[in-house]
Amino acid sequence: MSEVGSTPQPTETPGLVGGAVAPPGGLVESTVEAGLEVKVRSQWDYARRRFLRHRLAMIGLVGLVVIFGAGAFAGYVAPYSYAEIDLNNILHGPTTVGHHFFGTDAIGRDYFSRVVYGIRTSEEVGVVVAVVSSLFGLVVGAVSGYYGGWIDNILMRLTDLVLTLPVLAILLVAAALLGQGSQWRVTFILAAFFWTSIARVVRGVFLSLREKEYVEAAKAAGSGDLRIMFRHILPNTLGPIIVNGTLAVASAILTEAALSFLGFGIKPPTPSLGVLVAEAQTNPQQWWLTVFPGLVIVLIGLCINFVGDGLRDALDPTQRRVRA
Amino acid sequence: MSTDAAALEGIHHRAESGEEILRVEGLVKHFPIRAGVFKRTVGHIHAVDGVDLSVKAGETLGLVGESGCGKTTLSRTVIKLIEPTAGRIVFNGRDITRFTRRQMREVRREMQIVFQDPYASLNPRMTVRDIVGEPLRIHGAYRGEQGRQRVEELLRTVGLSPEHANRFPHEFSGGQRQRIGVARALALNPQLIILDEPVSALDVSIRAQVVNLLESLQRDFGLTYIFVAHDLSVVRHVSDRVAVMYLGKVVEIGTKHDIYERPSHPYTQALLSAVPIEEPAQRGKRSRIVLEGDVPSPANPPSGCRFRTRCWKAQQICAEEEPALVDRGQGHPTACHFAEIVKPLDAVSSVAS
Ligand SMILES: Nc1ncnc2c1ncn2[C@@H]1O[C@H](COP(=O)(O)OP(=O)(O)O)[C@@H](O)[C@H]1O
Ligand code: SF4
Ligand SMILES: [Mg+2]
Repeated sequence: MSEVGSTPQPTETPGLVGGAVAPPGGLVESTVEAGLEVKVRSQWDYARRRFLRHRLAMIGLVGLVVIFGAGAFAGYVAPYSYAEIDLNNILHGPTTVGHHFFGTDAIGRDYFSRVVYGIRTSEEVGVVVAVVSSLFGLVVGAVSGYYGGWIDNILMRLTDLVLTLPVLAILLVAAALLGQGSQWRVTFILAAFFWTSIARVVRGVFLSLREKEYVEAAKAAGSGDLRIMFRHILPNTLGPIIVNGTLAVASAILTEAALSFLGFGIKPPTPSLGVLVAEAQTNPQQWWLTVFPGLVIVLIGLCINFVGDGLRDALDPTQRRVRA
Repeated sequence: MSTDAAALEGIHHRAESGEEILRVEGLVKHFPIRAGVFKRTVGHIHAVDGVDLSVKAGETLGLVGESGCGKTTLSRTVIKLIEPTAGRIVFNGRDITRFTRRQMREVRREMQIVFQDPYASLNPRMTVRDIVGEPLRIHGAYRGEQGRQRVEELLRTVGLSPEHANRFPHEFSGGQRQRIGVARALALNPQLIILDEPVSALDVSIRAQVVNLLESLQRDFGLTYIFVAHDLSVVRHVSDRVAVMYLGKVVEIGTKHDIYERPSHPYTQALLSAVPIEEPAQRGKRSRIVLEGDVPSPANPPSGCRFRTRCWKAQQICAEEEPALVDRGQGHPTACHFAEIVKPLDAVSSVAS
């Protein structure tokens, strides 16, 4: 065995990312190549670096942190409770007096506090819908794509069915029959419609990767299905799941707002952004009642889509190169 | 569990050199061709169509045939990555044809495979340590520091350095990747390794290195190889015996000497004429037999002898009667009605006439 560990490898195309050359077997590699520091990084490192470089995504992220942060810490951020009534101070415009930054509503509740608590509700709905629907879609897609055959047929028929349903119309009928509901009921009804897109994406990935030779190799080593699914295929679905899930937060918030606006969403006095816009309709002259929650909804939608775009670009597996 | 134990008894027995370690009888694999909205089966691809083989411990059996003749399907069916349509697979004295997936787990410690494509066969998201260590983990043999050391030892064994363990496949050249694939196949210390065109995807300049590595591993660990290749030049150095395949069937099988010096099947002779001649003095004395036409579709193989559509010796009987793979007086089995030994260097005259 002449070549093992002693002679350098022949000059095949160097396969190293970032311009370094594969070191000869047995030699400790030098990390400085052509003046560039080359380090071995995982694809997640590259993705993170690309994301941090994406300007719109960073703007969106900052916006989201501010808005969702305010919602998450509503108890500290809001100067009043969302239900505290002050009948001596109704429909007051925005002012710094008494910290009523967004004014007050028709029964004198501090509108800034209501918006902040509304953000909290909407954000909870959005995040829980995204997480629950992603998990459910992941399981459906994975089983469907991995096992194929009649299981796949049944699951995909179901998915297509849910996908072709007019979501809003059905939600309206359901809500009309059931009436306004708790935040959790709305959340789970939404989640029941949101899993389809992720199920299809995940199915596609499983369908194509289960034929890969490295999956064959794992089988040849005696691997079970779960190991192949989790270890070999699932990591490839995380990118699409993260992107899809992020965008789902926005759609869920918007759908909830639309539902609440039409009077079939979350039951007052719990404020959600949609509930606030809906309530504002009774006082059309008081612009702040519509504009502030409306603006927040728009901002959330924008920020999430910026972040989603950034993630999509960052997680694109066709891109690998980032220079330090 | 107890039936499992009984079925598996002897699987881990280390076969003595020369003892039969693998026998394949009448192995068939047909892939259904589905068409239409209802995915009806409209036909079958006869990828492997009745193959008998016997492999002895410690030897290398070369398996040669044009691309698409069923070598990969045969390889994967033998280790039951693909379920056979018919036939029998006997490994280490145990009939594993009907083994369940769970029973196969134990068998897999003794028979491994190295894949043709060193890019597709390594998970791009796993480090070399995880790739090489995976068989150990699956079999509960990766225990902390011990597992790490075993992986590093394996990397050294295949000519890589332990420092490579933390890297990802895309950081390696094709040759290095194939070494990683070999290390993974060695991890469980198997007796039989199927090498499915292990160097076909590699740069010509590094093929010899990988072949040398495989040979030295065979000596060091007493391995048995089935070495698959699509031409006769690569297997010449490594094989003890060679089987030539055409359209899902073995058409000629014999020792290296039989196949290279006394080929009797026209297809073997055609393949041999394409092997580069090593002695410069003899170059130019032989012309290539260029086969006419394409390989027929394995969905609809020719009647009688499958090679007849491209055979220059074909007669009426070739279309009517399938030639059996038997010794016809040349000392080794051949599946041709008109088998006659034609030394490679004589090929010119026989074709020209
Ligand atoms: N999973 C499969 N489904 C259908 N046809 C297949 C499948 N795998 C291989 N085949 C077909 O079987 C034949 C033999 O293929 P293969 O075993 O890969 O040949 P080789 O390895 O000799 O090139 C080819 O015609 C190929 O198209
Ligand atoms: S049996 Fe006939 S067709 Fe087949 S190889 Fe022999 S001569 Fe050719
Ligand atoms: Mg092949």
